[in-house]
Amino acid sequence: MFLLFRRHEKTRGWSAFADHDGLKKAVSTLLAAALLAFLPAAAWSADAGRGKALYGQCKRCHQVGGGAKHRIGPHLNDLFGRAAGSLADYRYSRAMKGAGSGGLVWTEATLDAFIAAPRAVVARSRMSFAGLEKAEERAELLAWLRGFSGARSDVPAAEPTVTPEEYGLDPKLLAIEGDPEYGAYLAGECTTCHKPGGGEEGIPSITGWPPEEFVIALHAYKRGKRVHPAMQLVAGRLSDEEIAALAAHFHRAEDGP
Amino acid sequence: MKQRNDTGGLSRRRFLAATAATSTALAAPAVLGQARPRVVVVGGGAGGATAARYIAKDSKGAVDVTLVDPSRAYYSCFFSNLYLGGFRDFASIGHTYGALAANHGINVVHDWAVAVDREKRTVGLAGGGSLGYDRLVLSPGIDFRPGSVPGWDLAQQNRMPHAYKAGSQTQLLKAQVAAMRQGGVYCMVAPPNPFRCPPGPYERISMVAHALKQSNPKAKILIVDPKAKFSKQGLFEDGWQRHYPGMVERVGPDFGGDKVEVRPASMEVVVDGEATKVDVCNVIPAQQAGRIAAIAGVTDKSGWAPVVPHTMQSRADANIHVLGDASLQGDMPKSGFSANSQAKVCAMAVRGALTGSKVFPARFSNTCWSLIGTDDGVKVGAAYKATDAKIAKTSGFISKTGEDAELRKATYKESIGWYAAISADMFG
Repeated sequence: MFLLFRRHEKTRGWSAFADHDGLKKAVSTLLAAALLAFLPAAAWSADAGRGKALYGQCKRCHQVGGGAKHRIGPHLNDLFGRAAGSLADYRYSRAMKGAGSGGLVWTEATLDAFIAAPRAVVARSRMSFAGLEKAEERAELLAWLRGFSGARSDVPAAEPTVTPEEYGLDPKLLAIEGDPEYGAYLAGECTTCHKPGGGEEGIPSITGWPPEEFVIALHAYKRGKRVHPAMQLVAGRLSDEEIAALAAHFHRAEDGP
Repeated sequence: MKQRNDTGGLSRRRFLAATAATSTALAAPAVLGQARPRVVVVGGGAGGATAARYIAKDSKGAVDVTLVDPSRAYYSCFFSNLYLGGFRDFASIGHTYGALAANHGINVVHDWAVAVDREKRTVGLAGGGSLGYDRLVLSPGIDFRPGSVPGWDLAQQNRMPHAYKAGSQTQLLKAQVAAMRQGGVYCMVAPPNPFRCPPGPYERISMVAHALKQSNPKAKILIVDPKAKFSKQGLFEDGWQRHYPGMVERVGPDFGGDKVEVRPASMEVVVDGEATKVDVCNVIPAQQAGRIAAIAGVTDKSGWAPVVPHTMQSRADANIHVLGDASLQGDMPKSGFSANSQAKVCAMAVRGALTGSKVFPARFSNTCWSLIGTDDGVKVGAAYKATDAKIAKTSGFISKTGEDAELRKATYKESIGWYAAISADMFG
């Protein structure tokens, strides 16, 4: 474990992390990782218990189960044993790809550390999740998720992350073709607060979102069905076409500096 | 994206290095990219750095962009109060221009712009060089209005710091607060409207109070204020009551807050004829546009530079755009967020004029976060539209007193996310 994290230090992703947050944080991450390696295996053999309910915190971004697709986050089928950032058809952050090519593999131990404090493991991950504090909750969530890894014939179908109906939106809003050039200009209003590529706790990353998720979220703010004063202000004056343009832009946007 | 200049064979990065070595080596524009339209940006803060970056980035090398700022390191005024409060270290509010040069091919010139010839379209530099432009973007921030606080002038800034341009002044003020005698008095002479960062002085009071509460709990804070009311007043006063009861006293104009003079030699503040001895005196004078705007002749008698809201062009000269604090635009507060927002409108207009790229309608917004105490963040924000007369506010929001601690903490965390994002948006 310790060696595994040390190896990351030499990768592009990891050195970006070290540059960004300083050596001190890197060292504390190494120590945390080293400690993890010595935890008894029994600590992880919880049953799924409230796992499905806890997964409610993940399902806005991730799908898991039969027919699961990538949404804001990658699907979580066959997660255990997968190298971080390794699914070819999902656009990971540079940081997550770097962690994977540096040797980070999702196991119970690494997932437990990641879910506890995502950015302590992958500093500039785009995943906007503060962390699940309680060890037993993490264990139950992981035990439940584990059921979606490996051969299984009775996997339940994946649930959608979000639907227009949830907010009483006309599904036709999703069909509007956005003008990415206009979107690129409008995006200037977003990037003052939403850092491309993420890496910050307080304001979520919106880079690489599927257009449907983006369109639904902005219309939900616009109609006051998601609550946040700044987002309601910004979304409130965007037309349907402008929302589609922004969705098209951020879907293709790259991680920033 | 790394740009190479297309005529001289001298890479931008090397040009930066060369100018770093000799800041007077400015025959450069004669060598560089004459074929491309040239934009000179004066001032590398939230307005200028953003405008330079967006023009260079979005024109994909079609526009030759030179950014002029005397400082090699930029310390942001926004979040400098958090440094005073001990929530950030000094390095965390410092930024350099290396990525603008390396990633966007911007010529970064560390010098003072001291002259503008609007006929010949050139900017003169203190080092003796001259830069030709097709469009000039002025984003010089503020200067202090001479004589606005009798007894104070720039020569007194080490005895009575303003700390309203971040950097060594901010460090000095922090050191003075730390060195205050037990039970001493910190006085702020607050500025009259309009001034940079409307909640800034009062966030500073909060952060100084936070620092003193730990190191010097019997200390007092006195605000001498020429204004009857101020930004987020209810939120700040509620916060001061909760976090720092009995520590902060404010003298408004009804008690002579508008009739103030200072005596730096004896460390006295005279309010309506009555002298008080204080231990630290933070004088934030009245303000006007940074000097180069007046030199360029684009300011009016208000001391600020009137602009056309749709493009941020000077009303005095269509080849010049003025951004941020220095501009007289209407309803937007003078803030880093506003300057960054205006810069993107300006960048689009400049590219449209010089390269024929598509021009979309201007849109502006602003949010200002303030920290009152540990995990106690508040915010105010608004959306604006360009009308022919001014940038006009269309709607807004503000935090409320009595919000729960979770929301206040989330608001503070949001401000940290914003700081990281706007820094990346400015400096790449």
